Amino acid sequence: MSLAASTSATGTTDRDLATERLDFAVDGATCAGCMQKIERSARTLPGVIGARYNFTTHRLAVDAAPAIFDPIALIERLGGIGYEARPYRPDVAETRAEANDRRLLRALAVAGFGAANIMLLSVSVWSGNASGIAPETRDLFHWISALIALPVVAYAGQPFFESAATALRAKRLNMDVPISLAVLLALVMSVIQTASGADHAYFDSAVMLLFFLLIGRVLDSRARRQTRDLGQNLLALQRPTVTKLLLNGGTRQISSANVMLGDRIVVAAGSRIGVDGRVVSGSSAVDTSLITGESAPRTVGAGDDVYAGTLNLSGSLTIEARAAGANTLLSEISDLMDRATAGRGRYRRLADRAASIYAPLVHVLAALTFIGWMALGVGWQLALLNAIAVLIITCPCALGLAVPTVQAVATGSLFRAGALVNSGDALERLAQADIVVFDKTGTLTEPDSDIQNLAEIPPEVLTLAARLAMSSHHALAKAVARYAKNSQPFQNVREIAGQGVVAIVDGRELRLGARAFCGVKAPGGRDNAATLELWFRDGDKPPAAIRFGQSLKRDARESVSELKTLGLGIEMISGDREAPVRSAAEALGIADWEAATDPKQKIARIEDLQTQGKRVLMVGDGLNDAAALQTANVSAAPAAALDITQAAADVVMIGNRLTPLVGAVKMGRKARRLMLQNFAFAGAYNLIAIPLAVAGLVTPLLAALFMSGSSLVVTLNALRAKRAR
Amino acid sequence: MDVVIYLLAAALFLGLLGLGAFVWALKTGQFDDMEGAAHRAIMDDDDETA
Repeated sequence: MSLAASTSATGTTDRDLATERLDFAVDGATCAGCMQKIERSARTLPGVIGARYNFTTHRLAVDAAPAIFDPIALIERLGGIGYEARPYRPDVAETRAEANDRRLLRALAVAGFGAANIMLLSVSVWSGNASGIAPETRDLFHWISALIALPVVAYAGQPFFESAATALRAKRLNMDVPISLAVLLALVMSVIQTASGADHAYFDSAVMLLFFLLIGRVLDSRARRQTRDLGQNLLALQRPTVTKLLLNGGTRQISSANVMLGDRIVVAAGSRIGVDGRVVSGSSAVDTSLITGESAPRTVGAGDDVYAGTLNLSGSLTIEARAAGANTLLSEISDLMDRATAGRGRYRRLADRAASIYAPLVHVLAALTFIGWMALGVGWQLALLNAIAVLIITCPCALGLAVPTVQAVATGSLFRAGALVNSGDALERLAQADIVVFDKTGTLTEPDSDIQNLAEIPPEVLTLAARLAMSSHHALAKAVARYAKNSQPFQNVREIAGQGVVAIVDGRELRLGARAFCGVKAPGGRDNAATLELWFRDGDKPPAAIRFGQSLKRDARESVSELKTLGLGIEMISGDREAPVRSAAEALGIADWEAATDPKQKIARIEDLQTQGKRVLMVGDGLNDAAALQTANVSAAPAAALDITQAAADVVMIGNRLTPLVGAVKMGRKARRLMLQNFAFAGAYNLIAIPLAVAGLVTPLLAALFMSGSSLVVTLNALRAKRAR
Repeated sequence: MDVVIYLLAAALFLGLLGLGAFVWALKTGQFDDMEGAAHRAIMDDDDETA
């Protein structure tokens, strides 16, 4: 095969050079075939020694000789076969999270090994105690158990000991304090028991406790890591490249992250503006809907400010990049966001609330048990033994698993349904929302413009216009080109920047572009740059106008009515003018709406609802929504939203749909119900276990049964979240 | 009862072997992409080099 040939051709030189690992975030892979195609096309590039696609994180790791390998070639090659790729550099926090994930898995394996082997010995001792085991044999088994348990706990217990130490240093109590205490005391006590030749030792309980709790930790960390990895990919995929104007008059493509203050950037008609800046030359209409929510374009010329994330519609612009100064829109928004973060009453997670009841209670109970037995005069050893039994047997297993198992299962199944959950407690907060506040532009409506007057344009005219439009990079032309269906683009099409495209077909001149370009006079007094329209002229026939606007998302109506049936109130707050907001509200059956709001008014409305005792779910995509998302109790954003907005959202909806939001709300409610069930079960279990432990009736055998039984029930209950609805 | 000592030693050795295998698999990144591994099983790999 060609692959083998090219690898062997470069193979000898590659081996001699140091290789480098490069990561790319690659979007669009859905199956084994895609994975193979991506890897193969990467491997055939010169300098590439190995390429492996990670299906879980949607990243491609390439081992390549840095001198020969050209990352741009890879991105173009993958783009050519339909996968959007961007270089990706994992940040420090992520590398640390990955290391932590592996460490937890290793600890889990060690604890599992210890638990299995100690249990083997313990079962022998338990049955031996019943059938008359020789004391020497029992002591030997206990000593071997100790030999296994001590190093295992020293290794696998570290995550708990560290967390407990941190909490104690900060003079706080967390779940890990009683857990660490129970494990360490049980070990010390067991060694003393073994040395004195007693019937029972609690090595198995200590190690098994660690094993079950580590399962919960691993699930928790995996679920969190996966959503964070994918969230980071989305951000990397959005980071655009910009065209920098060099001093010698040439241009170069650079990443928007590398733009320096004062750089001149050229923005072609139809492309997104990558940086904040001031227009130096050129004039154009700019679609600012992502920033302000306003759906009609704004006319800009020299001296006007433009913002990253806006879309340059009609003419070429040269802008001078500048850092976000004190008076820019962006800095105002981030001020608002800071304030919103500071003002938000921190939501107390279910697990934290449970822990805050559990941790002190179990300490008090254990202490009382110790004092009680001492008072009865049974000696400190038995009293301590019973106190440890209380520590070990009260519900840490079930409690440690109750939330992470449900979260892992629920976020996993939501991810498959197209919703990315950003924060651990988002599900709980979603469950409690009782009103949904929508932004309009880009959230309920499509982010890109679509033809509004389809009925007025004859189908054959539209097809011609669409075929012509296929040769243009202009944003509106792209919207027209969607109607080309299966037809081919024309040959010899010329694009005149800022004007339109023209081609000679069958002796007739076809033109698609600005009003004047198609020979239509502007109606008096109207600023035609700011009208969202294209004109199409076919030879001498009268030109046809194609008007654009934002259509509702395909599933908007259905999703809104489904949210209503879930008992949620619906409101719409938009930065757009009244007319489009009113028509969208009427089409969707939303009675409460507000138009022409600025970011401050959006926040004010949400705070207003909150003082009425409502829990607000805010859904928005624009920069003007970011602070509102932060203010709301829980928030969601479509994947097409700006970085800053996505970062503020708890849930990111993948694909251009709203249905994942409905799924997320339903799943949130279900997850909360399952978590509460798990806690209820843990409580019921304690009603039986605690009195037994206090009375000193819990043998190691009973402890083992209680712990594994309760963990199993809680895990099985969590698995029910898999079945959505 | 002496035979128990050998049995225990054998059990521990096998257990450690399993633990070692897991740690090795973890270290070589075999748990990094559980989902992809499921798909790789059904990939045509006639022309894979590596």
